Amino acid sequence: MKYDVCIIGAGITGAMTARKLAKYALSVVVLEAAEDVAMGATKANSAIVHAGFDAECGTLKARLNVMGCAMMPAETAELDVPFDRCGSLVCAYSEAEMAHLEQLLARGRENGVPDLRIIGQKELREIEPHISDDAIAALYAPSAGIVCPYELCIAACEHASINGVEFRTGFRVSEIVRRDGSFLVSDGRDTVECEYLVNAAGVYSDTIARLAGDTDFDMRIIARRGEYMLLDRSEGGMAKHVLFSCPSANGKGILVSPTVDGNLILGPTAKAVDDREDTATTDAGLWEVQCGARHLVPNVNTRAVITQFSGNRPTPVGADGDITKSDFCIRPSACVPRLLHLAGIESPGLASSPAVGEYAVELLWGMGLSLTEKETYLPGRPEKIRFRELDDAQRAALIARNPLYGKIICRCETVTEGEIVDAIRRPLGARDLDMVKRRTRAGMGRCGAGFCSPRTVEILARELGVPMTEITKCGGGSVILNGGEK
Amino acid sequence: MDFKKIIIVGGGPAGLAAAIEANRCGIAPKDILILERDRELGGILNQCIHAGFGLHMFGEELTGPEYAGRFIDEVRARGIGYLCDAMVLSISAEREVAFVSPTEGFCRVKAGAIVLAMGCRERTRGALNIAGSRPAGIYSAGTAQRYVNINGYLPGKRVVILGSGDIGLIMARRMTLEGAKVLRVCELMPYSGGLPRNIAQCLDDFDIPLYLSHTVTGIHGKERLEGVTVAKVDDDRRPIPGTEEYIECDTLLLSVGLLPENELTKEAGIVLDRITGGAQVDQSMQTSMPGVFACGNVLHVHDLVDFVTKEAYRAGASAARFTAEGAAPAGKMLPTAGKSGVRYVMPQKLDANGTLDTDTALFFRVDNIYRDKYVVLSVDGVEVIRTKKRFLEPGQMETVKLNDTAIAAIRAGSAVTVSLE
Repeated sequence: MKYDVCIIGAGITGAMTARKLAKYALSVVVLEAAEDVAMGATKANSAIVHAGFDAECGTLKARLNVMGCAMMPAETAELDVPFDRCGSLVCAYSEAEMAHLEQLLARGRENGVPDLRIIGQKELREIEPHISDDAIAALYAPSAGIVCPYELCIAACEHASINGVEFRTGFRVSEIVRRDGSFLVSDGRDTVECEYLVNAAGVYSDTIARLAGDTDFDMRIIARRGEYMLLDRSEGGMAKHVLFSCPSANGKGILVSPTVDGNLILGPTAKAVDDREDTATTDAGLWEVQCGARHLVPNVNTRAVITQFSGNRPTPVGADGDITKSDFCIRPSACVPRLLHLAGIESPGLASSPAVGEYAVELLWGMGLSLTEKETYLPGRPEKIRFRELDDAQRAALIARNPLYGKIICRCETVTEGEIVDAIRRPLGARDLDMVKRRTRAGMGRCGAGFCSPRTVEILARELGVPMTEITKCGGGSVILNGGEK
Repeated sequence: MDFKKIIIVGGGPAGLAAAIEANRCGIAPKDILILERDRELGGILNQCIHAGFGLHMFGEELTGPEYAGRFIDEVRARGIGYLCDAMVLSISAEREVAFVSPTEGFCRVKAGAIVLAMGCRERTRGALNIAGSRPAGIYSAGTAQRYVNINGYLPGKRVVILGSGDIGLIMARRMTLEGAKVLRVCELMPYSGGLPRNIAQCLDDFDIPLYLSHTVTGIHGKERLEGVTVAKVDDDRRPIPGTEEYIECDTLLLSVGLLPENELTKEAGIVLDRITGGAQVDQSMQTSMPGVFACGNVLHVHDLVDFVTKEAYRAGASAARFTAEGAAPAGKMLPTAGKSGVRYVMPQKLDANGTLDTDTALFFRVDNIYRDKYVVLSVDGVEVIRTKKRFLEPGQMETVKLNDTAIAAIRAGSAVTVSLE
């Protein structure tokens, strides 16, 4: 069959675009190279919904960030994704940095960021008790917030899926042929035909542009690795807001932020890497993260660490090699008809994503895609039960309905067998340990999945009808039981 | 709301022994409830299929399941109540226990006394901050043990083990017997944290090399583990540049320490000991919350299950006494402390009005290897007990039993210290 629209990439940008297209009577397919959605930069970033004062005035970044941030409460409410508008603070440590705050304030106001103001040391200490004594003032942006980026992405994909959008994971596009007004998109085994093609391929968006024959696309994408440390809930109270140092040429620096799940996140570094999928952490990177975090919150206990991880931002490089001034590259191809680029979307890509999705639909319409609203459109996504958040009566009723909700599998995060089974059976259901983890938080806690992973492997094997030896950590060759049956 | 005289959180060796002792002390079996989160009673012993348990308790070498089996049989024979697949979610100061189970649903039960016996968990890769990728093939030793001994699968074929704790040593032997190649065991410290007999029987007998003062500094492989970087460390435990070595392997087992699992305890507001990670208790095993007792690895990590059992008997008896007599009037509490070489002392406080007899002992661990030292117990700076020790090491829990002089001094004194001289 020929699809009306094919989106390459199921990160937050592709997912939000798919979700916005799902309203219309269109056939839409999303192709994703990884085994799951949300596996690139979307999986491993700061989990921040930025207010929108960083981007230069007049850029797409500025407009879409402020718009996306304003949309986030409604988006997350509809998709049943936790969102906390906790606000952000950019802290100044010197007169020079104070001047920088003033610049950010002026820029933010021009960008349309609401309620932005500079607060003095006294107020800063009051609202952020663990902040460094050396911080003398801060730019306070009450509209900033936090959200779990992969949960938002998974939720958007689930929403798109129940509205008929098809998802093909493990589909790594290797060839794009244009024929008779169609694109033939292939991974070497399978071919998908579509009328409109959306390039939301993250760190590979330049590769996809080239494969699609866009000779005009002169932007180069480099992968800039950001390393993070996620701390135990015991440290969650060390920051009430998203805490930034003053930004430098290299980005917004190391931040300290609470997460919606009550942990504390520290990071990121920013270092260009050759292999766009190499997300190994480094000693130097983790050290930089710890030092940067202590600059903001001197008493943070970096030994209470749950895990370390890194993600690679798709950073666009302009013709002059400069990475600081570059804007999102969201535009129809200048030379390939019906090809839309959603490229070079690094921070604030998460915050901007709902606005990017809507803007993408608008651009596609402008490119000739006809949009008729579907009568069968369903908002939201299938009910998601979070046992740990229920009250006594709800828990009792739930277990009476389904005893699997009375069986705790992950003791650190209080995740039940019922939730794990649901994660496997849902749209875009989990097929490996990490997919279960991202959908339920089973294995996300302080025991490092030591207790629950053998149980989760058993449940996966039972539900998927395969032997335990076929269950993987994260798809591909990542089998858990490499030595086979004994 | 339902009421039980004694609720025991955890059905491993500590919980089982506490229940049996409470029953022996006169609590009716139906008034006792053991809540076990796993499918069966027995706790981690169920996966410890090697021998070596029970030498102190029974004078014979049993496997883990055999040792647990004796207590499970006794719990059943006595008709003591228990519920498996039951997870306790919270404990309140009023001793209300909230738990869930697939058969009972969500329950709140009020308890006359509570015994905490939740055991411990293993330290993780995350806690070690080892840089690198995040492939499959990295397990804590206990998780690997469960896969091999309970599920019947081998996690991998070429194995490096970081940490020479007992579980790591046991798993080195186990993996070898199951056909895997254990390439080496690396230990950050200049000495092993495991029992000497395990070094001999699990490593030496199988020609598995132990690299002291070595650690893993890098993890490689995208999907499945492909190799690790190992380096020698200096006296400050920092990797020495130039000593890095790449070892091809598909499995890394971590045996880098056990941590008492006290999330419930902490949320209940019970005071914890910063060093042991367990609750602070007095000699009756009572925590800072009246009527709540703790024993076993949830209190402090033990070397031998036999000692867990003895400690749990004490907790079970105290819980039984508490339900019969209620809270004792607050007496004088003497803090205990470790000094010069003694890392911690348990119990952390002694109740001068409570039971103090020649069965009462203080347990402690040293912070390094020592030879030819005296263990000195002092009350208010005055020495009351002095015992010579030829050899002391952090891997071995030590005890000082009280004598009559010490008991008299404690009843009159205000602080107790244990030190090495």
